[in-house]
Amino acid sequence: MSYDKAITVFSPNGQLLQVEYAMEAVNKGYCCVAVRGKDCIALGIEKATVSKLQDSRTLQKVLLIDENTCIAFAGLNADARILANMARVEAQSYRLSYEDAPTVDYIARYISSCQQKFTQKGGARPFGLSNFICGFDQLSRPRLFQTEPSGFCTEWKANAIGRNSKQVREFLEKNFAPDLNREDTLRLVTRALLESVEANTKNVDIAIISTEDRRVQFLGESDLQKAIDYVISLKK
Amino acid sequence: MDTVFGFVGKDFALVATDCGVAYSIMRFSDTEDKIMAVDDNKLFAMGGEIGDRLNFGEYIQKNIHLYTFRTGIKLNVREAANYTRSELAYAIRNGPYQVNLLIGGFDEEGPSLYWLDYLGTLQKLTRGAHGYGAYFVSGLPDNWFKPDLTLDEGIELVKKCINEVQTRFLMSQKNFVVKIVTKDGIRVI
Repeated sequence: MSYDKAITVFSPNGQLLQVEYAMEAVNKGYCCVAVRGKDCIALGIEKATVSKLQDSRTLQKVLLIDENTCIAFAGLNADARILANMARVEAQSYRLSYEDAPTVDYIARYISSCQQKFTQKGGARPFGLSNFICGFDQLSRPRLFQTEPSGFCTEWKANAIGRNSKQVREFLEKNFAPDLNREDTLRLVTRALLESVEANTKNVDIAIISTEDRRVQFLGESDLQKAIDYVISLKK
Repeated sequence: MDTVFGFVGKDFALVATDCGVAYSIMRFSDTEDKIMAVDDNKLFAMGGEIGDRLNFGEYIQKNIHLYTFRTGIKLNVREAANYTRSELAYAIRNGPYQVNLLIGGFDEEGPSLYWLDYLGTLQKLTRGAHGYGAYFVSGLPDNWFKPDLTLDEGIELVKKCINEVQTRFLMSQKNFVVKIVTKDGIRVI
């Protein structure tokens, strides 16, 4: 077992370079925006360009972890599958032991601790992913958490990860208002995402989870077009 | 000893268990539900050692849920039954689960009933039973069973079976739980 290849060690000025490089990988990934509303969370996802021969259904950017929790990610797709699998097993294991669903923050902390472990492991690299973990807590309030390759886990009201995330985050800071209803949350997410992405239904996916219906619902083609048209009309 | 029995009707699968929990010479409870809904179209009616019954049932239930989350596909009854059998077969030589079960379910293939025991036996049946009660109950479905039982005929048959066990079995089995699975999901009768 050679532990001297690709290890995450401190650099002379106190940085973990592998983790920083992982953040670079995240910033190259497709953009993902999340906004927490009063009783819902809306996700805006930049879709990868699908070649003609590819089946677009297999490109999943929002992964269901448990009945009331899902993750959206930016970065390496393959890493996301592994991390989601670990989270799913942990969710079921929690349910088996405690006969109750794990809370969103439990899952968020678990995922971030998985990511942190890989920054201290020999012979392995960190996950090249930032995740949004969305769900509802025991009081049915929507919660949005973000994790990073370093294993840092924080709660957000709205955020963006991936390409041009800085621009989108600045936009969100200017335009965010707390306790938005479903309609306004969707609009804010669409506007924010279209700061970074070209306005086209082929490039964009909007999803929403609300307190009443905890399943992830993607906006259909016509609703998506309406949302995009609304944003374009605002810009004029 | 737990009585577990069940059969398949025209468009439903029915399973029934007694509600008694006994410990040495004492009866602890008369209201134990030994039928676990593993998914919204599968019922696991289990008999045997209490701890094993609960542990094993929950273990299988969570693993089946995990499969659904991992793959986005729900297991059908045949697949779930085979998975359960494989866990029992592994356990028998490593640390056996003393659980005998009937899996009743409804999926694209229609209603089905699977008979599993703690050794890892699996058999698809139209009617089956476990426990001492099985000796008493086996004759009745054999006599009254038709390939396309309606729900009312099914309930009549269940009542006959329960009556037989309560009349002739040594241990008093006061209450029974009866559940069915149809295309619309699980219902308690």
